Amino acid sequence: MLAGAAAIFGLVMILLGLSFRNRRSSGEEAGQIRVWILGLGLGFPALVLGALLAYGLVIGERLVPRQGVEAVQVSAQARRWEWRFTYADAPALETTGVLHIPAGRPVDIAITTADVIHSFWVPRLAGKLDAIPGHTNTLRLEADAPGTYQGVSAEFSGAGYDGFAFEVVVHDNSGWAAFLRGQPE
Amino acid sequence: MRALERHRKLSAIWASETGFRGWFSTVNHNDLGRMFLFTAFLFFIIGGLLAMLIRVQLATPHSAFAGPEIYNQIFTMHGTVMMFLFAIPTFEGLAIYLLPKLLGTRDLAFPRLTAYGFWCYAFGGTMLIVAMVFGIAPDGGWFMYPPLSSAIHSPGINADFWLIGITFVEISAIAAAVEITVSVLKYRAPGMSLEKMPIFAWYALVTALMILTGFPPLILGSVLLELERAFGLPFFQADLGGDSLLWQHLFWLFGHPEVYIIFLPAAGVISTVLPVMCRTTLLGYGWIVSAALALAFLSFGLWVHHMFTTGIPHLGLAFFSAASTLVAVPTGVQIFAWIGTMWKGRPELHLPMLHILGFFVTFVIGGLTGVMVAVVPFDWQAHDTAFITAHLHYVLFGGFVFPIFAGIYYWLPHFTGRRQFFRLGELAFALVFSGFHITFLAMHWAGLLGQRRRISAYAPEDGWTTINLISSVGSFILAIGIAMILIDVLLHVFTARRSRRNPWNASTLEWAMITPAPAYTFASLPQVSSRDPLAREPELATTLARGEGFLGTPRDGLRETLAVDSASGRPEMHVLYPANTRLPIIMSAVTGLFFLSLLLKFYWIVPLALAGVIVLAWKWVRSLGLRDDPAMQPVGHDLNLPSSATVERAPGWWGSVFLLTANGTFFAALLFGFAFLWTVAPGWPPPVWFTPSVAELALGVAGAVIAPLAMRRAIRRNRAGDAPLFSVLIALSGSAVLGIACAALMLRAPAPTEHAYGSTLLVLGGYGLFHAIIAALMGGFLARQIRCGYTSAKRRAAFPIVALWVKYTSITGAIILLAAHLSGMLS
Ligand code: HEM
Ligand SMILES: [Cu+2]
Repeated sequence: MLAGAAAIFGLVMILLGLSFRNRRSSGEEAGQIRVWILGLGLGFPALVLGALLAYGLVIGERLVPRQGVEAVQVSAQARRWEWRFTYADAPALETTGVLHIPAGRPVDIAITTADVIHSFWVPRLAGKLDAIPGHTNTLRLEADAPGTYQGVSAEFSGAGYDGFAFEVVVHDNSGWAAFLRGQPE
Repeated sequence: MRALERHRKLSAIWASETGFRGWFSTVNHNDLGRMFLFTAFLFFIIGGLLAMLIRVQLATPHSAFAGPEIYNQIFTMHGTVMMFLFAIPTFEGLAIYLLPKLLGTRDLAFPRLTAYGFWCYAFGGTMLIVAMVFGIAPDGGWFMYPPLSSAIHSPGINADFWLIGITFVEISAIAAAVEITVSVLKYRAPGMSLEKMPIFAWYALVTALMILTGFPPLILGSVLLELERAFGLPFFQADLGGDSLLWQHLFWLFGHPEVYIIFLPAAGVISTVLPVMCRTTLLGYGWIVSAALALAFLSFGLWVHHMFTTGIPHLGLAFFSAASTLVAVPTGVQIFAWIGTMWKGRPELHLPMLHILGFFVTFVIGGLTGVMVAVVPFDWQAHDTAFITAHLHYVLFGGFVFPIFAGIYYWLPHFTGRRQFFRLGELAFALVFSGFHITFLAMHWAGLLGQRRRISAYAPEDGWTTINLISSVGSFILAIGIAMILIDVLLHVFTARRSRRNPWNASTLEWAMITPAPAYTFASLPQVSSRDPLAREPELATTLARGEGFLGTPRDGLRETLAVDSASGRPEMHVLYPANTRLPIIMSAVTGLFFLSLLLKFYWIVPLALAGVIVLAWKWVRSLGLRDDPAMQPVGHDLNLPSSATVERAPGWWGSVFLLTANGTFFAALLFGFAFLWTVAPGWPPPVWFTPSVAELALGVAGAVIAPLAMRRAIRRNRAGDAPLFSVLIALSGSAVLGIACAALMLRAPAPTEHAYGSTLLVLGGYGLFHAIIAALMGGFLARQIRCGYTSAKRRAAFPIVALWVKYTSITGAIILLAAHLSGMLS
C-alpha cells in the first residue's frame, strides 16, 4: 500500500514538474479535458481505488469473527484506568492489567466499559476495538506464539490516559491449562 | 458628473463612521470581511502558539512541562481554535470580502446579518479564550466524546465552555452561510448567469450549502449534551436509555463534511489564482463545478469512517469504506484539472504559485494517507495514533493553510493597495514548507511505531524520543516561517508603494476597481457577458468609475443595488440596503448574554435575554417597512425595476428558505436521534411510555393544518386588494393552538430525567413550541404592519415570508405530535 501511494505521489509530482517545461501543450480544450479530466481525473483514481477497496474488504473479511470455529471466550472490562479480564473457562478467575490467552487458538474478547469510552489495542495481535458504555464489542484474535505482548487503551479517557496500558500473556497448552486451574507456572 | 465627484458622493453614502466607532456600527462587507480575516488570523496565532506548546511537551520523554490536566486543555483548545475559530471564519471573511467584488455588486444580501455574525463570532471566540486564560478550558479533545464530557466524568465548567461557546460561534457560521448562499444566487452583476460566475463563487455557494446542512447536527449534539449536563436529561447515558454513540454520529455527521467545508474554499482560491499564475484560463470549469458538487454530496455519506473501531456492523464497514475511497475521485478530478491548467498555460513562480505548489505536494500526500486509512484493517491499527494527527494536518494545512497563504499573497495588493517587493516571502515559504514536512512526516512515523495521539508523556523505552525531537524542531522551523509571513504582510501594509490596478492581469471583476477597495465597491455595476470580463474589456474599471454601468447616479443618500434572476442573471429587482447601525452588535451582545447566563447557570437571566432578542429582532425587521407604494426604480440604461418590497420573493424570503434548510436539517437530525436511540440504545424500551391523547393530537394537527391555509388566504386577499388582517389572525391562532399541543406534550413527557425517551419527547415538544412562538410572533408582527399601513396589494413581500415560517412550523409540529402520540399508542 505504501509503495503504491509513493508511486502515485511520484506520478503527480512528475506531471507537476513537467508543466514548467518551456512549451505549451498543443491541442484544443476538448482534447485536454479528455486526457486530464476523463483519463487522469476520473479513470485513474477509479481504477486504483477499486483495486484497493477489494483488497481491503478481503483482508477485513478475514479479521471478523466467524461462526463454526470454537473460540476461547474472555471478557475485558475497562474502567479509568484499569482493565479487568474474566474467563469463561474459569468463572472464578479475574485478572487486572494482564490478559491471559492460549496460543494457536482463536480467542473472542468481549469488550465492555464501566465508565467512559476506551479502546482495546494490542498492536501486534489485532486492530483496535472500542469499549462503549452499554454495548459489548467482540474482538477475535489469534496469537501464533507464546510470549508477552504490550497492549494499550487507545481512546482518550482523561487525566490518567498516558499510562493506561496492559499486558497480554500468551501461554502454550500446558501453561494455559495451569492458568485456568489457578496455578500459573 | 465626473468620476471624482461620483467617488466622493458614493463614499459619503457607503462609508462607515470614522475612527474606531465605525467598527461597531459598520455593516459594509469591505469592513466586515477585513474584520473577520483579522480576527481569524489572531486565532490562528493563538492556535499556533498552542501547537508550539504541544510540541514542546512532546519533544522529550517524561516531559515535565505541563501535567495532563493542563496538556489536555492545550490540545483540545488547539484543535478547537483551529477548526472553529480559524478555518471556518477565514472562509467566511474571505467570501464576505471577495464575493460582492467577484460578482460585480455592491454588498452582500443582508449587511446587518454579516455584522451580527461577526460579533457572535468575536464574542463566542473570546469566551473560549477567556476560559483558557483562567485554566478552565475544555479538556475532552476537540470531539468531546461523552461520557468523558458528561457531568459525571467532567464535572467542571470546562466542557460547558466548549458546548456553549462553540454553539454561539456556530450562529455566525449559519448566518454567513445564509448570507453567502443568497448573495451568490441573487446579488450579481446584470448578465452574469450561473455559468458565467467566477469559479470562487461556485465554491463559496457549495461550501455555504454544506455549512447549512453540516453544522446543524453538531448544534443539536451540543444542545443535547448541554441539556444532559445542566438538567440531567440522559441522552448519552447508556443506563438511562441514552447512548454515547449518538454523539459520535451527530458529531461526525458534522465533522466529516467540516473537512470539505474547510477544503472547498481553499480549492476555490486555487481555481482562481492558479490560472492567473499560468496566464491561461481554468481547464474544465464545468467539470470542476460538478466535482465540487459531487464532493459536497458524497461527504455526507462518509461520517462513519471516523467510527470504524466502535463495532459498526460488518456491512456498514464495507459500505462506508467504499464511500470513503470513492470520495477521492472528485478530488482527483480537481487535482488533475489544475495540473492540466498548468500544462495548458505557462506557469510563473510568483509567491502565490509557490504556495500552490506547497499545496500540491502536501495535499496529495494527505489524500493518499487518507485513502489508506479508509481501508478498514489499516484504520484499526492507525486509528487514534499520531499517524492520524499527521494525516489530518497534511489535509488541513496542505488543503487549507497553503492555499490561504497563496490567496493572501495574491489579494494582498487588493487589501493594501500596494505590491510586494521583498524576498522575505520566498524565504518564509521555504521555512514553512520544510518545517511542516519535517514535523508531520515524523509524526506519521511515530504513529506507525504505536504512539497514541493525545498522550502528554511517553517513556524513553518506547523508542519515540528522537522522532519526537525531530518533529518538534520541525515545528519551530514552521513557526519561524509563519512569523516571517506575518512580518512580510505587515511590511507590505506599512512600507510598500501603491500598485497599478490589476497587478496580476487577472480577468475577474474584483480587479475592476481602485485599490484599496472603496466603500461602495463599484461606482456603477457592470453588464457581464463572459466568464472573464476584464480579459474582454481591460478598461472596464475606468468605464465603471465614469458611471457608465448600472446605478451610476448616486441618489438621495441611499445605498442601492439590484438583484438578479438566479439562473439567467437578468435584473429582477431594485434593493435598498440599511445604513450603519449598532443594532447587530447590540443584538449579538444580548445573544451572548443568553449564552453566558446558561453557562454560569444564572437561569433567571435567560428569559430576560430571550425577551431582549425578540424586542431587538422586532426593531430589526420593523425598519424594513415602507409607508407608501414605491414606484418602479430607474437603474440606468433605460431599465426600470420593481422595488424589493413589492415582489413575491424578496431577499428576506430567500434568506428564510436557506435558514429553514439549516433548521430542517437540525430537525431531521433530532428525528434521527430519536430513531437511533429507540433502535440501537441498550436501555430500551423505557419503563413508562407516553400516554397518548387523541384530543391533544387532533387539536394540534388541526391548528397545524389551519395556519398555512389561512396564510395562503391572507396572501390571496391582499393581492386582490381585500383586507387580509382577519386571515392573518386565524393563522396566528392556528400556530398558537399547535404550540399549546406541543406545550402539553412537554408537560406530560414521562420522567424526562429518568429515561432518554422522556427527554427526547421533551426536546421535541420544546422544538415545536419554540417554532410555534416564532410563527405566532411573526403573525403578530404582520398584523401590526397591516394595521399601521405598512402593507398594500403592492407592498406584499412580508406575506410570503411569514407564510413560509408558518408552513414550516406546521409541518414540523405535526410530525412531532404524531411521533410522540404514535409512540405512546404503539407500545
Ligand atoms: C501551525 C502548525 C501546527 C502544528 C505544529 C500543529 C501541531 C499539532 C499537534 C502536535 C497535534 C497533536 C496533539 C496530539 O498528540 O494529539 C495537533 C492536533 C490537532 N491539530 Fe494541529 N497543528 C498545527 C496547525 C493546525 C491547523 C492549521 C489545524 C486546522 C485547521 C489543526 C488542527 C488540529 C486538530 C483538529 C487536532 C486534534 C486535536 C485533538 O486531538 O483534540 N492544527 N496539532
Ligand atoms: Cu472524515
